[in-house]
Amino acid sequence: MTRLNLHKLTKRYRGKTEPALDDLSLEVESGSLTALLGPSGCGKTTTMKLIAGLLEPTLGDILFDGRSILGVAPERRGAVMVFQNYLLFPYMTVAENVGFGLKMRRVDRATIDRRVAEMLELVRLPGLEDRRPKELSGGQQQRVALARALIVLPKLLLLDEPLSNLDAHLRFEMRDLIRDIQRQMGITTVFVTHDQEEAVVLADKVALIFDGRLQQYDAPTAFYETPVTRRIAAFFGGVNFFQGRRNRKQFDCAIGTFSAPRSAIADQPGILSIRPEDVRLAEAGAANSVAGRIHSHVYVGTHTRLRVSVSGGHEVCVVTDAEVMKTHKPGDPVTLRFPEEKLWVLPPDALVEPTAAHREDTRFGVTKTKGCR
Amino acid sequence: MTASNQSSRAAPAGGTRDGRRDVIVRWAVISLLLTWLALPIVPLLIWSFSFRWFFPDVLPADYSLRAWQYVFSPTSGVLQSLRDTLLISGGATLLSVIIGVPAGRALGQYVFRGKSIVELLILAPIIVPGIAVALGIHVLFIRYGLANTLFGVMLVHLIPTLPYMVLVMSGVFANYDTSYEAQARTLGAGPIRAFWYVTLPAILPGIVVGGLFAFLVSWAQYILTLLIGGGRVVTLPLLLFNFATAGRNDITGAISMLYIIPGVVILLLSARYLTGNASAVGGLGRL
Repeated sequence: MTRLNLHKLTKRYRGKTEPALDDLSLEVESGSLTALLGPSGCGKTTTMKLIAGLLEPTLGDILFDGRSILGVAPERRGAVMVFQNYLLFPYMTVAENVGFGLKMRRVDRATIDRRVAEMLELVRLPGLEDRRPKELSGGQQQRVALARALIVLPKLLLLDEPLSNLDAHLRFEMRDLIRDIQRQMGITTVFVTHDQEEAVVLADKVALIFDGRLQQYDAPTAFYETPVTRRIAAFFGGVNFFQGRRNRKQFDCAIGTFSAPRSAIADQPGILSIRPEDVRLAEAGAANSVAGRIHSHVYVGTHTRLRVSVSGGHEVCVVTDAEVMKTHKPGDPVTLRFPEEKLWVLPPDALVEPTAAHREDTRFGVTKTKGCR
Repeated sequence: MTASNQSSRAAPAGGTRDGRRDVIVRWAVISLLLTWLALPIVPLLIWSFSFRWFFPDVLPADYSLRAWQYVFSPTSGVLQSLRDTLLISGGATLLSVIIGVPAGRALGQYVFRGKSIVELLILAPIIVPGIAVALGIHVLFIRYGLANTLFGVMLVHLIPTLPYMVLVMSGVFANYDTSYEAQARTLGAGPIRAFWYVTLPAILPGIVVGGLFAFLVSWAQYILTLLIGGGRVVTLPLLLFNFATAGRNDITGAISMLYIIPGVVILLLSARYLTGNASAVGGLGRL
């Protein structure tokens, strides 16, 4: 059980103008499972390597239980990293791989054998001691790598893209396994992923990083309900954004006027957002509603996705019941209700982020999260 | 017999014919190679047992063990020379490994300014005649008391042996993922044990191949040994040359046999590392 603190951590690689990691501060609670989430090249893996001691930070500090571990060699930190490609030692058997950490700690042979068997049991691979890594499937290799890391009871477990090399059904199995073992052993765990779904499902808390900067550090639900910027909302699948301004109790925007949510600051411009799954179909004339016409619909089994054209040439994306497919056709008029408690106002783009990288991530977010397009 | 049965028999028959031709070709090539390599050795072997062998005769008129007795007699110094040669070549190989592994790692793993110049400089001893280099070094070696010593000769042999070692190792390290070491470190291995348990097994074939080259290159040195050893350090090639120029073909033959043995033994021992291991010999592609 170890509490991890990153304090104003900055990493600049030689010859690069932009820092790979810029002033990142983070507190990971003891025994929790935290995701570092972000698009590739955002500095997630750099953060992991800094924690593991494989890289030295340019500025800032890393603390385990309040004590700085900068200058402590990686082998003495007790932070074990499981790499994305597992890196099982090819010249050793499974047992030798798993027992490696204990051998380095000069534990006696009998204890190692016993603990190796226990660990293989834990990752549900009993009896594979004498196999060679290349005789194992990808999922098995991953589990051996996990056993090899857990056997030393690390203060901190660092998982680099733990699920990205696995096929779909193995992902679920592995996800549950990691979750179970982490809970059971109570090891503070940090994992890196580019997949927001993976982060949300697995983690207690998610740290979202763009361009080496921490954007938001929150419980998974917060990224859907109360994202801090439009870019974050987009990364998590938000697609309905409308520029506007709060006017007393109203929020005026391009597609209409709605009751102002609390997140809107008086007389300030902002972006009204609502998640596609929060938009409701309603009777004409309902409160907080907007009239439009169905532009297209897609049936995806468990629900239907609609693109609805509204006033001013704008479009609202809606994720609704599968049944809607049968009752509504493209071209039909509909009324969309935006429940007040689901409305969220974001600060205008210009105040937050440079735009070039932004657009790219927005696209990334939309495609990844099955938006309307 | 049905037609299908016959046709199914035809295919393997054709295969056998091709197979037979392959076997013939293979044996032809092997015999040619063996002849090419072994034939020059046969006269030396016969010479070493000959007593009198005059010009037009195909075989000696008389045989004796005279040459071998001389070689193995303690007074002739041949055995001492064999020992010195083994010491020098073994030492030069060891030093090549110690220097060549880190150097090859630097060249294979890292990108740094002036890397191509360093690579060229490492190759230079192969391109520039050794005698030119050795003449320059000789002056320094005299000043530091290394001239005319076994250790001095061992050091000067590094000039031609190191390039091979470094080239092989840089090829090996270009294909080696150092993340394995990082992984070992986070699991609790210090840098030395991470290298010993994780990197060394991976690069061992390269070390064996590079070391083999280094040993054989050192084993064959003549001019460098002559210059730096100043006649005090007499290795087998020097001894051989003496007897050959003196016209003692029988003794030359016997020493030649001794001279060939280590190369053959090493080659056989390391055969499994040489065959089918492209990454180990890969660095030599740059020669």
